[in-house]
Formats: sequence, structure tokens, C-alpha cells
Amino acid sequence: MKYVDEFRDGTLAAGLARAIAREADRGRDYAFMEFCGGHTHAISRYGVSDLLPANVRMIHGPGCPVCVLPIGRVDMAIRLALARPEVILCTYGDCLRVPASDGLSLLKAKARGADVRMVYSAADALALAAREPAREVVFFAIGFETTTPPTALVLREAAARGLANFSVICNHVLTPPAITAILDSPAAGELGTLHLDGFIGPAHVSTLIGSRPYEAFAARYRKPVVIAGFEPLDVMQAIRMLVRQVNTGRAEVENEFTRAVVRDGNPKAQAIVSEVLELRDEFEWRGLGVLARSALRIRPAFAPWDAEAKFGLDYRPVPDHRACECGAILRGVKKPADCKLFGTVCTPETPMGSCMVSSEGACAAHYNYGRFRDLPAVAADKPVTQAQESA
Amino acid sequence: MCLAIPARIVELLDGDQCRVELGGVRKEISLALVDGAAVGDYVIVHVGYALTKLDAEEAAQTLALIAEAGIAPEAGR
Repeated sequence: MKYVDEFRDGTLAAGLARAIAREADRGRDYAFMEFCGGHTHAISRYGVSDLLPANVRMIHGPGCPVCVLPIGRVDMAIRLALARPEVILCTYGDCLRVPASDGLSLLKAKARGADVRMVYSAADALALAAREPAREVVFFAIGFETTTPPTALVLREAAARGLANFSVICNHVLTPPAITAILDSPAAGELGTLHLDGFIGPAHVSTLIGSRPYEAFAARYRKPVVIAGFEPLDVMQAIRMLVRQVNTGRAEVENEFTRAVVRDGNPKAQAIVSEVLELRDEFEWRGLGVLARSALRIRPAFAPWDAEAKFGLDYRPVPDHRACECGAILRGVKKPADCKLFGTVCTPETPMGSCMVSSEGACAAHYNYGRFRDLPAVAADKPVTQAQESA
Repeated sequence: MCLAIPARIVELLDGDQCRVELGGVRKEISLALVDGAAVGDYVIVHVGYALTKLDAEEAAQTLALIAEAGIAPEAGR
């Protein structure tokens, strides 16, 4: 596939690894957070950590929409789907297995009779509403800025077509407030348990919002940001650019993903989003807590298509499973293997926490691609012979 | 979740729609979020929508920069 395969080339990756090893100062440590789950997935899947010198460390960030979605929001969707048989609840596949209250998930609610359906696109949910005029189609919308414009477009289209049986539960969240929350956290501040030298900035989020929104906190917190594509060579090149910034004492926003990201992003998409959606005063994030002005809601002009208003849905916060470390993992202060549940009761097949659900969650990525690295290697130096076996 | 892939536009259709091809698979997607996309352009596709056009020249430059990294400074001179 063009623009994919060439950014996964092993020979070029080896060259980048040599360059990073050459340029990283042996006298110091480097700790960089990749904000996005897409980067986490690429780093785990392609073994990027293994190509880095020991003093360059990657910390997983909270940029996985499924991971930061609080239980209470999933509960809201489940309650609606179970209580009203006329409702068809549509959502992206990633959401279906997120553990909610009472041992339920949207998928388990479906097994109990709720009409829950997976869609590839927000447009599929809208098309379903047009086909099923006697039903109420509710789209449970999640995602960062990447996934928001399609939601805004279908809301606008539903309004234009007067599709009264379509509505949206809007859970869209924003990247910059989440990065700020991490930099303002006690772990990064007075506790000092989270040492961060810079960020790998989002790939596809930045195609929409551009590189400009990161400039304020690169300057304010003196942390370099390098926006990178989601392929392994992109990630490694960004790490090299971050090492260079640290070495020269710079804290700038640089763009490795120039093939898709410009400073001002996509103004057409931004205009559509701001026409239909507005800032929420606050929103609860799993792991990061309640963050002011960190998420979007549907504007009053589109209230007939806002499922929260239409069905009188209320949000009830729910604490995470006590032993689950998703919160600390999302804040970058713990690693998946630090969690007692990891790989024991919590696996991608039976996730207890949200980070184990989506393939881009830190726990799922580590489980799928890295969990055997935590185990000591056992050398089977002597082949076992029959004589030994019978002895 | 933010998974998006570059695909080539093979046909423009009515109502901001187009058909893209990716590794032999063809799919109808929306161009409502981008301006001025033409047949032959690569767009980054996410949940059925093109997010942006892909700049072929920038892609080539990035790859060239990455390839340079593999050349040790002494050997490169």
C-alpha cells in the first residue's frame, strides 16, 4: 500500500535506530510521551522500543478514546438501549466491549435483548435511521478531533433532512486539554514521579486541528512537541527530532507528518464542527478526572438530535474497579505490567479495564506484542535426551 | 480509533462522495471535509470520510530525510 509500506521499511528503521543511538547523549535519560494510542500501537507492534538506546524511554499517553471514556457514559447508553425497545443504539466497534457497571458492556446488553449495532461510519447510522422510520436510531459518538467532524456532518444532515428519529450521544473529547492535564498533574509537578522531556504529537488529530494548538504549551511548559505519522518510521524520526530538541535546549512544535499536517489544520472541517458542536463546561475522563472545557456537546440549535436532551439522559459517575490501574496508566505514571490484573483476569478477551479493550490501549498493545518481554528468558541449552527423561 | 489510511481517489461521485481504492479494495467515501480533491489524489480516510489530502512531495521529502539518517555522518560526507 502506497504511503504505508515505505514508512515501515526495516532497513530505514535500522538506519534511524543508529542515528538515534548516535545522537542521544549517554550522560542523560530521555523520556517522551506518545500521546496517541495509534503511536502506542505502532511502537508495540513494530518493537520500536527495542530499537531505542536504553536511555531513551517511551511513556504511553491517554490518547485512546475508548480508554478515557468513563464508565458512566457507557452506562448511559446501556440504560437507554435496555429501557427503550424502539431504540437502535449504533456505535463504533471499539466501544462495544468497554466494561460498564453490573458486569455489562454494550455487547452484553445486546445479548440481553438491547438492539445494539456496530457501524463503520456515522453516515451508516444516519442511513439506518432513514431506512427505519419507526425506530429511534441513537449514535453513541466517541473520539478525539479526528472522529468529531463526521459526527458534526451527520447531525447537520439529519437536521437538513428533518430526520426526527436520529440522535447522537456526543462524547467527543479534545486533545490539548488532556495534554495540559498531564503536564499540570502532581506526578509531573511536585511529586516528580512522571519525568517527561517531550511529546510525540497526534497524527490524524493534527490533520484537523493543525500544529498551532500545541504551540502554547510547548512554550508555557518548555516541552518540545513533534507531530508524527502513525507508521513506525514516522515515530522513530519524531523521537530523533525530540532528542535533537532536548540536546539543543529547544522546546518547539515541529512537524514530522508534513505529508498530511499543516499549521492551521483543516479549516473546512473546523467550521463544520463549530457550527454544530460547542464546548462543554466540563467532562469526566477516565484516569484524568473532570477536566474543564475538554469535550464537546451538541449546540442548542440541534437539540432535537441530541439524545441526552431528547431522552432526558443523566450522567452518573462510577468509580473504576478498585484493582484496575487504567487511571495511573493513562496518566503515564504506571506501566501495564505494574497492574495486578494485567494478563491474569484482565486480557483482551475478558477486559476489566478500558486500556485492555481497544488495540491501541496501552494494556492491549503490551499484552498483544510485548508481554513476554517482562519474563526472564530461560535458556534451554541442553536438549533433553530420552535417558535424562527416564532417569 | 484514530486509525486512518491513505487511499487513492479513482472516481468522483455525486453529493461530495467518491470512490477510493486501497490495495485492490474499492469503497465509497465522503469528500465533504476536503476541498478540491481530484481523481488520482491520495486522501487519508477515517470512518468513511476523507480528512485531508496527502501531499506526495512532502511524503517523498520525509522519506529522503529518514533515509539520510541511516548514513553515518562520516560516510555521508
